[in-house]
Amino acid sequence: MISLPRTLKKDRLERFLERLLEERDVFAPKRRDDLVMLEKIDSVSDVVMDYENTKASPKFVLFPQRETLFGYRAGKGRVEMDVPPGKEKGQVLFGIRPCDARGLLLLEKVFGGDCSDPYYADKRARTVVVSLGCVDPNPACFCRATGGGPCSSEGSDLFFMDLGDRYLIEVESEKGAALLEAPVFDDADEEALALSAKIRNQAEASMKPLVLKKDLKGQLERLFDDPVWSDMAETCLGCGICTYLCPTCHCFDLCDEGAGLSGERIRVWDSCQFPLFTQQASGFNPRPTVKERFRQRIMHKFSYLPETQGMPGCVGCGRCVTECPVNLDIREVMISLAEGNTRS
Amino acid sequence: MKNPYVPFPMRIEEILVETEDETIKTFELSFVDKEEGERFAYTPGQFAEISVFGKGEAPFGMASTPTLPGRLAFSVSRIGVVTGALHQMERGEVVGVRGPLGNGYPLETFKGRNLVLIGGGFGFSTLRSLTNFILHESNRGAYGNFTVIYGARKPGLLLYKKDLEAWQERGDVDLHLTVDQGENGWQGHVGFVPDVTRSVAPAPKDAYAVVCGPPAMIHFTLPVLKELGFGDGNILLSLEMRMKCGIGKCGRCNVGSKYVCSDGPVFSQAELLRLTAEAHG
Repeated sequence: MISLPRTLKKDRLERFLERLLEERDVFAPKRRDDLVMLEKIDSVSDVVMDYENTKASPKFVLFPQRETLFGYRAGKGRVEMDVPPGKEKGQVLFGIRPCDARGLLLLEKVFGGDCSDPYYADKRARTVVVSLGCVDPNPACFCRATGGGPCSSEGSDLFFMDLGDRYLIEVESEKGAALLEAPVFDDADEEALALSAKIRNQAEASMKPLVLKKDLKGQLERLFDDPVWSDMAETCLGCGICTYLCPTCHCFDLCDEGAGLSGERIRVWDSCQFPLFTQQASGFNPRPTVKERFRQRIMHKFSYLPETQGMPGCVGCGRCVTECPVNLDIREVMISLAEGNTRS
Repeated sequence: MKNPYVPFPMRIEEILVETEDETIKTFELSFVDKEEGERFAYTPGQFAEISVFGKGEAPFGMASTPTLPGRLAFSVSRIGVVTGALHQMERGEVVGVRGPLGNGYPLETFKGRNLVLIGGGFGFSTLRSLTNFILHESNRGAYGNFTVIYGARKPGLLLYKKDLEAWQERGDVDLHLTVDQGENGWQGHVGFVPDVTRSVAPAPKDAYAVVCGPPAMIHFTLPVLKELGFGDGNILLSLEMRMKCGIGKCGRCNVGSKYVCSDGPVFSQAELLRLTAEAHG
């Protein structure tokens, strides 16, 4: 622990957020019609703290859906390229859910690593993550089955727990501690700590357990060629909404946008659920049908990423469960595969 | 650290039409920034992403040899948007290049061993790079017997004719050309690559086989190598997948848990057998 936990009375939250807004961009849950979205806020009164989760995941702040990598101006026998300058201003992801904070850890592994991605690294270095524990998880949530928890502080710089009239704040990093300089906090007392532990236990206990009987990764390797994938993929429309809303999905495309010889090389989100994702110029496609693409998504999340990055590509946020237009449920897929429900 | 997404400019110095149907051209490029050229070090088997500004990027294996520094060569088959635009380009024009990408052939492992290179069609470009590297006077002594088998559908589709003639003149490489169909007074061998492999490949002891070509050629060549006694660890393949970033991030070129762009494109058959069935479907 970097420093001792603090508490913040709820009527002082706006003062804290105003301090943050003075020097930083603040992204926070905000009501938009009947949705709650994570957005850059102009006014602290827009921030909502009583919500289940934001419709989209916060990954877009660090990995935008469309991002300019460089501009180019080409001519006969010459080309000039310029990379947009990085920003200086700090930013805070405020009030995101623990699952989404944990999802950022996977992005960190993918975009960091041996060949660091400068666009991601620039934004990540300027970002402080403040998460808010889930006291009443949604029935579609299953964070505990993927290694997280409704009140886990993993991936956060500060972690807020709602105690009713005040928040308990756990300090997880120096970056987080630096935000607590405003004179609005108190040291956490025994009562606050005890209440926080009780709420955490209740939140965890309220989640329907999703216990996999066997090692899912091992089963996936054994079942790669099983006809069961055809059954599972039968209703999938290949729309890709699961990948767009997923806090850990990070596949992208690179393309040129512009008129003629001047324009921008851009990066845009892409999806393994789309047929063109792997189609080669010759016309050959190693994943020609929905079956192979559905299998790739599950294998990538629960076999390949645990092997290469040490964590699954799923944090149990439940967005793909609630938003799938044909009600495919990744939890049922996990259970079915782990139990070895095969057709062969 | 250098931004891995920004290409460096290279000028088109030469364009060679390789095949009689004119669908494959080799582009020889020079570095616009000479210092960039001096820093650029690569291994045969690696690849690069070539940008045609306004059209996008596509990956190509290096067809040149690092023993001739300052220039890179890429053979381009006219198939899609980027390759179509490249085929329209002329000498003096500038493209972008990002690389070198991928792992390349394990040159250290090959040292002191006998080698057989088995290539077919367009897949021969990285084997041309490897052949010219090994045949360079500063390298040839480090490797044992050297056999190159190269097949095409017909004589007019064989690439790198000048190189092939030069290699045929040499005594230190055993070159076997073959075509599926002979024509135009073709005096050479007619037959399929796997059959040629069966009759001319070296003994498997202390030998490596390097295979690059179309899926059907690979499919029928692997059992021949096995039958000859080559172990899975001594057979090297160069895989092809649609690639974009080239640095293991964009997520599209995986075969099982490996990314072809950053873990490969060169894998041993033993490594591929450990991956999921996708690798050997």
